Amino acid sequence: MSDSRRSFLLKSFSASTAAWLTANWPAEVAAAEKAQAMGTFTYFTRAQAADVDAMAAQIYPSTDTPGAKEAQVIYFIDTALVTFAQDKQDVYAKGLADLASHTGGKAFASLPADQQIQVLTAMEKTPFFRTVRDHTIMGMFASPQHGGNYKKVGWTQIGFDDSLNFRAPFGAYDKAEGTW
Amino acid sequence: MKKFKPSEEVDFVIVGSGAAGGVMAKQLAQAGFSVVVMEQGAWGAYGHEQDYNKDELINRFPSEEDRLLSDPKTQRNTFRRNANEKAVAGSHNYGCVVGGGTVTYGASSWRHLPYEFNEASTFGTMKGTGIADWPVSYAEIEPYYTQAEWEIGISGPNIKTPLIAPMSKPYPCRPLPLKSSGALMQKAAAKLNLTVTPNVAAIITEPYNGRSGCINCGACSGYGCQVKARSSSAVALLPVAVATGNCEIRVHSYVRAIEVDASGRATGVTYFDKANNNQENFQKAKCVVLSANGTETPRLLLLSKSNRFQHGLANSSGIVGKYLMTGNGGGASGLFPDPLNEYKGAVTGAAVLSYVPNDVKNRGFYGGGRMTARGQMSPIQYGLAGPHGAPSWGAGYKKALIEQANRRLTMVNFISQLPVETNVVDLDPEVKDAWGLPAMRITTTSHENDFKAMQFFIDRSVDILKAAGATEVWADQVNDSKGGAHARGTARMGNDPKTSVVNKYHRAHDVPNLFVVDGSSFVTGGRNHPTMTISALAYRCADHLVKAAKTGNVTI
Repeated sequence: MSDSRRSFLLKSFSASTAAWLTANWPAEVAAAEKAQAMGTFTYFTRAQAADVDAMAAQIYPSTDTPGAKEAQVIYFIDTALVTFAQDKQDVYAKGLADLASHTGGKAFASLPADQQIQVLTAMEKTPFFRTVRDHTIMGMFASPQHGGNYKKVGWTQIGFDDSLNFRAPFGAYDKAEGTW
Repeated sequence: MKKFKPSEEVDFVIVGSGAAGGVMAKQLAQAGFSVVVMEQGAWGAYGHEQDYNKDELINRFPSEEDRLLSDPKTQRNTFRRNANEKAVAGSHNYGCVVGGGTVTYGASSWRHLPYEFNEASTFGTMKGTGIADWPVSYAEIEPYYTQAEWEIGISGPNIKTPLIAPMSKPYPCRPLPLKSSGALMQKAAAKLNLTVTPNVAAIITEPYNGRSGCINCGACSGYGCQVKARSSSAVALLPVAVATGNCEIRVHSYVRAIEVDASGRATGVTYFDKANNNQENFQKAKCVVLSANGTETPRLLLLSKSNRFQHGLANSSGIVGKYLMTGNGGGASGLFPDPLNEYKGAVTGAAVLSYVPNDVKNRGFYGGGRMTARGQMSPIQYGLAGPHGAPSWGAGYKKALIEQANRRLTMVNFISQLPVETNVVDLDPEVKDAWGLPAMRITTTSHENDFKAMQFFIDRSVDILKAAGATEVWADQVNDSKGGAHARGTARMGNDPKTSVVNKYHRAHDVPNLFVVDGSSFVTGGRNHPTMTISALAYRCADHLVKAAKTGNVTI
């Protein structure tokens, strides 16, 4: 893990947990780092992770190009919920508990794709869905150091080059015109 | 850095370290006066700007220490459209770090046109507005614009046209690169007979004053500049002030009152030391300079009530906080066939100047505006906003997101907004900020005239994008302001103490050793590009103060 990610994870905790964090953070961050490498999770249970992963995969599907699954968005969200987005833990806890009422008691991840889309369409105005939608997109397009956008698959799709500096011309039209 | 004890009486205490505060600190410290600058925000990356992070997620969710803008969750504010409504939670924020808003702003640095200083005598007034002449002419302020441009470091075109204010000296740095936005504006201009120029920006394009030029990284507006190319107060002015050995910058210092003595003179400021359990301190000073921005400045005056000043400090006129102008929006966006890659380079490359002058007869409204073309979106920002005319998730979302990536251009327009007495910053009667002080309340609805102006600029934006070859164009809704950057007008200057808060040298009419200089001093709003005029006003104010203070009398 890079220094800036570690420092971000450290600093993103709210002030009220700062004292706890100072005492415990190395273990917490190391655990998150190890979890992704091992395919395990820090915040989610395995069943919860499977459901959120399936939701993310419908929000940003794998088509002829990689989607949320290949970008490993689930690890981004898992880490988000114990760092900068910990205030959203309740939204996830309630939303996941409520998910079964939309699926007739079955695990969301076990439904066929068309039923998953139906379920999500029915709940697309809920705070839970909106939060998962936003987190999925952040996980696609945030720097890979935050757990998603694996191998920059998100950035590659939208033509974003993360170089530290550029030289003009930048695009097709200034290239054709030259300078001022 | 020199440190002063709060009990030590310094020559000047300056509240705010942004566009105005930075100039005041530098000019006063260089003249040999002792200066303490109060900044409620943190250091940011002051002195180690290379540590500013380009990481969009970190920028979006900053820690308290890394925060560059105020947080409406703690620096609470409320908003309503008019005095009959109950104000609801607002989202107004402003630069809140050493350097203030200049650390993160888009850096457009246009001068006001000469006629923007005497609109009442040139064009007349209008019912329901407070259009008035400034007590300063363009000729008086011109040398200070030049000084500001050369000391701060501005890049821009050196073109003579009535659409640009006359300059006694060219800009010190060559313009920013032509982006695809600039090339497309040129294409539209050729068809529609418009004048397009490079944007004037507080971004140096070549080595200047010991700083290196812009590297076109694209993490621009909203981010701190990693290479000190953006000429913020934090890199262009405050280090010079500190190097004199006469100036202390005191961070995490939230000023809650300007204190006065029995004779009505300011004695210093009371502030919370946020890093020290909000302990309350008093900094003694011979003279107070208030440069806290167009919204916090009037709020602090209104918070500074005393037996002598029961309606707030410097408010015998009753107009502190009134005539708020925050900037109206409205434009259009379009998609082009080929990639623009606007995410590279500075946020604003080109400006359309043809609609800057008034043309009441043909347009049916008073005022004008400067149009800019931009398409800079960071990846998360683009993904969350989503593609145009597509679902907000799923396969359709993804397909359109990928197809439209880097092909979008938006006309963002900087339009005149008339000063209206009922557009106000005052104290919310119920809501308190995180420090227990009355929250800022913003009440604003633009004058009817300005809605016509917004619609005009939306229509022109559509024309321009079509002429530039956009394959699809969609117009914004008219977007009346709710707060945010560019706040002006709330402690207006004037010669008459009954109708203005400060005189032509920014001295409060009611308090001989209180100077108010920032966007709040504006009488009329210009074309909503206020920063360069704020800087020039501050240079002029400082020049006057230095001369007066050296003769032992700042009360002239």
